[in-house]
Amino acid sequence: MERKLTCIICPRGCQLTVSGEADNLTVTGHACPRGQVYGINEVSNPVRTITSIVRVANREDTMVSVKTAQPVPKGAIFEVMSLIRNTTVNAPVKIGDVIIDSVYGTQVIATKNID
Amino acid sequence: MLNHDIVIVGGGPAGMAAAVAAYDNGVKDVVILDRDDDLGGILRQCIHNGFGLHKLGEELTGPEYAAVYKAKVEERGITVYKNTMVLDVSKDRVVTATNRDGIMQIQAKAVVLAMGCRERSRGALNTPGTRPAGVYSAGTAQKLINCEGYMVGKKVVILGSGDIGLIMARRMSLEGAKVEAVCEIMPYSGGLTRNIVQCLEDFDIPLYLSTTVAQIHGQKRLEGVTIAQVDENRNVIEETKRFIECDTLLLSVGLIPENELTVQAGISMDRITSGAMVDENCETDAEGIFACGNVLHVHDLVDYVSDEAERAGKGAANYVKNGSNKTEYIPVKAVGGVRYVMPQHIHAQPGEEVSLFMRVGQPYGKVRLTAKCGDKVMAQAVKLKVAPGEMEKLVIKTDKFADLTGEITVTLEEM
Repeated sequence: MERKLTCIICPRGCQLTVSGEADNLTVTGHACPRGQVYGINEVSNPVRTITSIVRVANREDTMVSVKTAQPVPKGAIFEVMSLIRNTTVNAPVKIGDVIIDSVYGTQVIATKNID
Repeated sequence: MLNHDIVIVGGGPAGMAAAVAAYDNGVKDVVILDRDDDLGGILRQCIHNGFGLHKLGEELTGPEYAAVYKAKVEERGITVYKNTMVLDVSKDRVVTATNRDGIMQIQAKAVVLAMGCRERSRGALNTPGTRPAGVYSAGTAQKLINCEGYMVGKKVVILGSGDIGLIMARRMSLEGAKVEAVCEIMPYSGGLTRNIVQCLEDFDIPLYLSTTVAQIHGQKRLEGVTIAQVDENRNVIEETKRFIECDTLLLSVGLIPENELTVQAGISMDRITSGAMVDENCETDAEGIFACGNVLHVHDLVDYVSDEAERAGKGAANYVKNGSNKTEYIPVKAVGGVRYVMPQHIHAQPGEEVSLFMRVGQPYGKVRLTAKCGDKVMAQAVKLKVAPGEMEKLVIKTDKFADLTGEITVTLEEM
């Protein structure tokens, strides 16, 4: 297996090549140790923080922005989005309020205050 | 006529940080005027994360970053006039504004301009074709989706690969739209690397460089666009034209500092940044009028907006307390591959270290950036990679300011 990636740790954007098997990955093309760690994580267990919005049912035309408190597996992005899209909340909402509990070991929380 | 010590025009990240810094530097009578119904400016619609890593040491979304500063404003009891549109700022610092209560005028001792920027629109591009529904600026689509919950389309082409275009490519994809292409007229993207990776590559969205939208099709609703490659003079290459069916075209083709008030006030402008000419305290050539944030020059990170606004707020507070500080200035000039440098002039004896902010004209690999006055090196830094999308900084230490004559130039040499 071989994959080409662009490192995003710093603006330099090294072109990484990650090769080998799951527990024995080799990274080339990195200029620093952080790039090596990024390359291995990105191939073995890529994760992303998802940000989106949830409708506020008791306020007209109002959305509250939300995010996953921790990053979730990259492969689960659309599953988590579908959960978020099917959720509504009632105001008041405060930053940090749990909107959806237990999503891939983390929570979806509010990122905006709605009075 | 009302009287206030410091009037801040705009309640986005720049205005809020400037207000807080002015207050903390000893001037308590600070007011913010904003045309929207709440503080936060454009951060309110930027629901993605990546804000605050430099300034606050944590990764926040736009609304969270705004909330941090809004809380600081409220803790200090700073007055905020919401839904208030500033119509005029005079050189002697009379601010005229309008809201539901009518017209008001404030005589300020100092003014901070923090109006931000707006997007270039289709009209500025002269793209041929019809004028159907479905052509949006990326930021308008962002506001409709993120604040009002209104999805703007299903099949999307994005023109421009600046950060807003990239962020919207991901946002539309997450909401179930199919982003067919991102077209960039330049041979490189203006966006941050992490956005190219996480907004395009994650969703298998193709980025076509040296490519533009040559025609817009559709009567009532957009039916598609003709895209085409461009030559080195950015002219369309006819034989590369191809049609892409889509119902939505998002334009992310540049930001323009919103400087109508600045120009009306007769303040000197920089043709490259489209913002005011300022010194290291962000003071314009109109005494007591300061400018900061995207109205001064377009930033890539809000963290740097907050830093700059703090300098402006502090400068305004010092002006109110101590009066004019307009003494001898040294001009600062960008040379060669450096497109612009901010500030455009600095005090001959600033008394503390001064940061110079600059952008390059095109991407380079390893370069050395040097600020020089005559033969004297004022500051220098080696960068592994520079690009127009990422602002660079040089810091001139206090002891370098002894016995300067002439001007400071900032140059770039490839290594």
